[in-house]
Amino acid sequence: METSHTLDVNGVQHDVTCDPQTPLLWVLRDSLGLTGTRFGCGAGSCGACTVLLDGAPVHSCDTPMWSADGHAVTTIEHLGRPEPHPVQRALIEHQAGQCGYCLSGITVRASVLVDEAHSSGRTLTDAEVREALDGHLCRCGAHNRIVAAVIDASAGQA
Amino acid sequence: MATPSIEANPLISQWIDISATGVVRARTGKSELGQGIATALAQIVADALGVDVSRVQMQAPGTGSGPDEGFTAGSLSVQHSGSALDAAGRAARNLFEVEACRAMGVDEVRLDDGWFIAGERRTSYWELASSVGLDVAFDAGAGGNVGSRAIGTSLPRRDLVDKVLGAPRFLHDLRLPGMLFGRVLRPPYRGAQLGSLEPGAVAALPGVEAVVVDGSFVGVVADTEIHAREALEAARVNATWTGAAPGVTTADVRTFLTEAAAESTPLATRDEDASLADTVGQARLSARYSRPFLAHGSIGPSVAAALHDDAGLRVWTHTQGVYPLRKDIARALDVPVDAVSVEHVEGAGCYGHNGADDVAYDAALLAFAVPGRPVHVTWSREDELGWAPFGPAMVVDIESTCDGDGTITSWTWNGFGNGHSSRPSTLRTPSLLAFASQSAGHAIPPSNDPPMTAGQGTGRNAIPGYEVGAVTAVAHRLTEMPIRASALRSLGAHLNVFAIEQHMDDLAQHAGADPLEYRLRHLVDPRGRAVLERVAEMCDWPTRPTGDAAGRGLGFARYKGTGAWCAVVVDVEAEERIRMQRMWIAVDVGRVVNPDGVVNQIEGGAIQSASWTLLEQVRFADGRVVSDTWEEYPILTFNDVPPIEVSLLDRPDQPWLGAGEASMGPTAAALGNALMDATGIRVRALPLTPESIIAAMELQA
Ligand code: FES
Ligand code: FES
Repeated sequence: METSHTLDVNGVQHDVTCDPQTPLLWVLRDSLGLTGTRFGCGAGSCGACTVLLDGAPVHSCDTPMWSADGHAVTTIEHLGRPEPHPVQRALIEHQAGQCGYCLSGITVRASVLVDEAHSSGRTLTDAEVREALDGHLCRCGAHNRIVAAVIDASAGQA
Repeated sequence: MATPSIEANPLISQWIDISATGVVRARTGKSELGQGIATALAQIVADALGVDVSRVQMQAPGTGSGPDEGFTAGSLSVQHSGSALDAAGRAARNLFEVEACRAMGVDEVRLDDGWFIAGERRTSYWELASSVGLDVAFDAGAGGNVGSRAIGTSLPRRDLVDKVLGAPRFLHDLRLPGMLFGRVLRPPYRGAQLGSLEPGAVAALPGVEAVVVDGSFVGVVADTEIHAREALEAARVNATWTGAAPGVTTADVRTFLTEAAAESTPLATRDEDASLADTVGQARLSARYSRPFLAHGSIGPSVAAALHDDAGLRVWTHTQGVYPLRKDIARALDVPVDAVSVEHVEGAGCYGHNGADDVAYDAALLAFAVPGRPVHVTWSREDELGWAPFGPAMVVDIESTCDGDGTITSWTWNGFGNGHSSRPSTLRTPSLLAFASQSAGHAIPPSNDPPMTAGQGTGRNAIPGYEVGAVTAVAHRLTEMPIRASALRSLGAHLNVFAIEQHMDDLAQHAGADPLEYRLRHLVDPRGRAVLERVAEMCDWPTRPTGDAAGRGLGFARYKGTGAWCAVVVDVEAEERIRMQRMWIAVDVGRVVNPDGVVNQIEGGAIQSASWTLLEQVRFADGRVVSDTWEEYPILTFNDVPPIEVSLLDRPDQPWLGAGEASMGPTAAALGNALMDATGIRVRALPLTPESIIAAMELQA
């Protein structure tokens, strides 16, 4: 049964009609055309689909629409506006990626880490970044560059 | 002299197009697979023509306008496409130089970012573009020395900004006017035939535009991804299946590989009586090594789009070879090749023959059901890990002899497994997954191995680069294929280098020698010695990490015997499982086009190989692949990846070589040797999991 839902996505209000079990991921990619959020597994196991729900990272692939209803969603597209987020600048600076498919989910999660680090005025450690990103899979082996980029972003060096 | 790429595409205009607007468009048949090839090729074109690299636009491969370069495989893109573009660029520059001299009435010009300058006078590629035709044949030796400006610099990747900003860039993001979305229902197990399906029940769901049933092929097309997913689930519930599954299970793969029918190809033969006579009575070491089937495991599932209309069939794909895919699609549909056009759009990382070609054919089949509307098809994670071709499981037997000084006197290799290539258009019938399910289709024939000249498959890196006396090597390619296998990054080199290097360490131990010293003693090749010496310096060999469970291992190979040289040292701690502590890699890829790109490829390859070697194994029973989720098929994660140092030995005067596969074998080898160093247990069956370590201990006891 399709029902109607209201979402705030990147600061814009959207009304969406769909089955309440539909994952947020597909509403973003399909109904709203925001394809920057990636589909990787659909099962909460790879991190590719990570978005912010009220500022906290979640897997959009296992967030059903009924639970997102009325909440604010931030996607990768918004992090880059108007200015790229320090994490995005650092990832480019470090050439931290090969295929880049994993990067939008990683960027979204790392942006929260880096924002927190900035507000508490400290630089992230290697172990902290690895732990935070451990649920994000990267098959190309760009891990170490990504970690270095996120640390630099937290230190304000990007 | 001509390379295969030039032979097939002999005209400059097939590679390079110079426009009056100051832009150079360069074409390649090699796909951007996440390896950064488009950037490296642009650097080569820029230097060949003498223009700034920012002027060079690389066009994605496509049938029709682009050169036919077969597949993007075997670490040959820089060697083939790079060399062809280099030669085409130089040849074009010669033609323009002549024209510039003629136009300005001078004998000599100097070239600066596309401007031909003689004293006060100047003209340019762009001004002369309409007066110089490029439908001219060229050869590999064209042009003189042009110097390097872009080559040798770490130019940033051109595609990365979009990817970090989340801009549409992947084929997954392609949206065309009127686009529909399709999904394909894969059978529940290999060998399953469709028993019954009620298409009407699925067709009645919201947004469904078509339900396609052809033999055991089932697909749905709907107006949105969401509706297509819902329709697929309805079809899954609705369908019944019959038919017997193949009997092979994970546990008996090794037996299957050595007992199944096979075709044996000698790769190296010695005169048995003459050369082996001396080895009688010498120490003899024989051992069996193996690896399981491996999954590609790209983070983005395979995807494609297709449109069928009056103009024919158009396909958008992340294939490794647009021309071979076109040929196989045409064969499978029984239409002329001209009726199909295929364009490359970037997908997620590609490490070999994955599901890209299969999903392209899925999309083609669905497109026929909705003429005039493009159909976009995405595989599920389960399809990706369960139905894409796997890297073949292998068994390798090595027997060697050595004299009283520990000098190796003979070497015998036997390798068993499925062939490493069932790429499109290379087999007797199409190798597209859905074709095997269609009523007029055909099962996919067993994979082949590439010929020795292309580096073989099962036998890739089977013959050691060391001086080992008389060598015999026989590849046994299975002539049945219950579990579909094809090319995965480095093909047989992953296991072969692992096997050779475990064997070398065991021989060194027998001889009471240091593993590095023992290798150098058997290695003449100066570039091989140089990478070994470099890596030894980097890690301060023979220092070892301290601690009960700590160990250090070394691995080395020259990829394919003709490619890049690579040596790896890894430190591990082996407690309840193996944890890498640090890794050092030295590599020689000849002249380096983009140093940072090479380091990225080498390091990424090492991490991927470590993941295969430590963790990965496709598991199946009753024709059902059970390792079709990330929980069941774990790969290395951020916490597992150690610090890695890569050192490039730059050889500006040597030909450039590919970097994508060079570190796979040596990394696996170093890990096995580090485990042995840490625990005294020699594990010869991959992956190096706690279970296989226990099994090896039992065997040793
Ligand atoms: S797609 Fe959501 S976690 Fe993998
Ligand atoms: S860069 Fe390809 S998956 Fe991470």
